[in-house]
Amino acid sequence: MASYSTNEFRGGLKIMLDGDPFAIVENEFVKPGKGQAFNRVKVRNLLTGRVVERTFKSGESVEGADVVDTQMQYLYNDGDHWHFMDPQSYEQLAADKKVVGDAALWLKEEDQCELTLWNGEPIQVVPPNFVELRITETDPGLRGDTAQGGTKPATLDTGAVVKVPLFIEPGEVIRVDTRSGEYVSRVKD
Amino acid sequence: MQDWRPCATNRTLAERAALLAGIRAFFAARGVLEVDTPQLCAAANPDPALDSFRVPAHGREWFLATSPEFAMKRLLAAGLGDIYQLAHVFRAGEAGRQHNPEFMLLEWYRRGATLEQVMDETVALVQSVGDGRLRLYPVHRVEYRDLFCRTLGVDPIDASLQTLRDCAHAQPVPAPALSDDHNLWLDWLMGVCVQPALPAGTLTLVSGYPAAQAALAELREDGVTAHRCELFCGPLELANGYRELSDSAEQRTRFEAEIATRRARGLAEFPLDERLLSALPHLPPCSGVALGVDRLAMQLLGAQHLEEVLSFTADNA
Repeated sequence: MASYSTNEFRGGLKIMLDGDPFAIVENEFVKPGKGQAFNRVKVRNLLTGRVVERTFKSGESVEGADVVDTQMQYLYNDGDHWHFMDPQSYEQLAADKKVVGDAALWLKEEDQCELTLWNGEPIQVVPPNFVELRITETDPGLRGDTAQGGTKPATLDTGAVVKVPLFIEPGEVIRVDTRSGEYVSRVKD
Repeated sequence: MQDWRPCATNRTLAERAALLAGIRAFFAARGVLEVDTPQLCAAANPDPALDSFRVPAHGREWFLATSPEFAMKRLLAAGLGDIYQLAHVFRAGEAGRQHNPEFMLLEWYRRGATLEQVMDETVALVQSVGDGRLRLYPVHRVEYRDLFCRTLGVDPIDASLQTLRDCAHAQPVPAPALSDDHNLWLDWLMGVCVQPALPAGTLTLVSGYPAAQAALAELREDGVTAHRCELFCGPLELANGYRELSDSAEQRTRFEAEIATRRARGLAEFPLDERLLSALPHLPPCSGVALGVDRLAMQLLGAQHLEEVLSFTADNA
């Protein structure tokens, strides 16, 4: 893997620090008129999601991280692993619970997801921004209440629980924003 | 199609022009003569923290000036009197929110003036130009040593290398691996911890830098600090002033030490500016200041990035 000098630091650049892959969030060049230059950098650990600060002597080099984002199709869950397929090469990858995390709540078979691969292995799964899922359990719909009013919890076929308007019926398909976990609209079959 | 548009708005460029006119009026009223010296120079500043652009042409090498200081001192030595210059200067590798490899420096020298007098003049200048918004800023004066003690609890002048190292490693932001050089650790502590803690909306004058960071300034009588003062606007470094060193032998010793540091760090080595060293014995007692004009414009216009006040940056020049 190539190494990068501090003067190539940009937001989004993937680098290795202490054996973990990081993405640069923010890079600030710090230099007194008379004196040594430093780069003060905010970096996000791609394994833990934690953002930390680091400083480098300007001109230092840091090893790049072999990290790529790729679109893959979600196939199925075998109980331990979630399986994905590259739609071009048909190559398949499996990710465990630690990697998939909360994304598991939004994974619907055949949906396109973004996988982050480090040295070819998945380290993060991002579901589509919007998914359509069927309600398996909720209180019966309140007839006529389509305008305003409260919400009620609804369990979806992935196990996720979202708040939906009172008029929604069990068995209906709804559209959900996976970034906020919020109900967007009902989807007519 | 390439993006050809300027970085700054037309309105900002007009305000920038007004700022330059204001600076010229300030010095005209005080009888300071405007000069302009070459940007293409035969010698470079050996300061290891500066990286000069090298310009090879017609079988020899030139350097783009990192500041007009050396040439202006030769004019002073020739008896020209009080002088100022608005100069574009060049420092390779300096790019960021507050840096561009090419920037405008206002540099001026006052014969017979103390460092305190020229720093007072610097405050008067920045408070009189633009819409005068910096006039509302209180002026704090602090010794470099006291500022460090207050912010970090270490004495930057007396502290051992180990004390500075321990202090750096006790900070919330991790320090990089640095060699056994006091100045590197002081620069890191200053740039990452002390400077960002300077109060916003305030002009802070920091005096008495360590002797090892004297550069071209005279030492104070204590022998461990220099007649060097910096002006900060909030946490932003705006200007640097010296009571100018005229001892040619001392200056040669410092240059040679800097060249040795460059060699130790594997940096390019530059020829000594023998013309400056020959002129220094004729330099009258004087003090001088260099001020970043683009940064002053940032402060006056409330800009967050240098590029907001530049027509074009090095990235789209």
